[in-house]
Amino acid sequence: MENEVRIAINSDQDIVIARQQGRTLASKLGFNGSDLTVIATAISEVARNIVEFAGKGELALTPIQQSHKQGLMVVAHDDGPGIPNIQLALQDGFSTTASLGLGLPGSRRLMDEFTIVSAVGKGTTVTMRKWVRG
Amino acid sequence: MQVPILKQRDYLIASIQAALTDADLLELRDELMKQVGKFRSRGVIIDVTVLDVMDSFAVRTLRSIAHMMKLRGADTVIVGIQPEVAFAMVQLGLTLTGVETALDLEEGLAFLDDQRLKERQVKGAPKRGE
Repeated sequence: MENEVRIAINSDQDIVIARQQGRTLASKLGFNGSDLTVIATAISEVARNIVEFAGKGELALTPIQQSHKQGLMVVAHDDGPGIPNIQLALQDGFSTTASLGLGLPGSRRLMDEFTIVSAVGKGTTVTMRKWVRG
Repeated sequence: MQVPILKQRDYLIASIQAALTDADLLELRDELMKQVGKFRSRGVIIDVTVLDVMDSFAVRTLRSIAHMMKLRGADTVIVGIQPEVAFAMVQLGLTLTGVETALDLEEGLAFLDDQRLKERQVKGAPKRGE
């Protein structure tokens, strides 16, 4: 099994690096063309959230396995300001900046599993999983 | 990664060559704004064929470029969105409302030519009372 990949997210350049690394790892795990794009897009959105709201953080890409299923887990973590109202942040079009407000709800649609844990003043962790379709 | 911008007749063609950072996208916007005035361009084509990801920032920036160009009197066409990218964009909830798109560069040029032809026909039509 492939090893975990960790990427420090500090700037918009790291967003590009993160999604390219995500695509490379997902490709090795057997994901097909449109899933590769879907995964790279979701990684781009959660990495962008780190840069935009926390300034810096980390992304971990880990191969996962469940019975015969292969998958990829993406964990985006930051020690930023946290999200006061997660329900609101998961609504389409809700944004505290000039963005489209689709990052979190959109990533949730793109991936198979999506959880978010956030504490105000402490930080945010987004965990997403996608399984290779058999 | 700078995006080369070619001038062809009264069109500008921005042909993206590699993955772009947010800063690169904003630079493209500023450069197109400059050149559209300098060359008095009437149409802009942005070729995104090589992009394997178009996330919310990229889409928002392309949308604002198209709207800015319109305010400067030029039509914008986004060409070459890949099928996988279109699939991911729709799932993410991204739309390019109010922005023209075409399959590839050729179709994009044909669209702009059509627009120019229509404009000329309107201008050339006899005025009421003539």
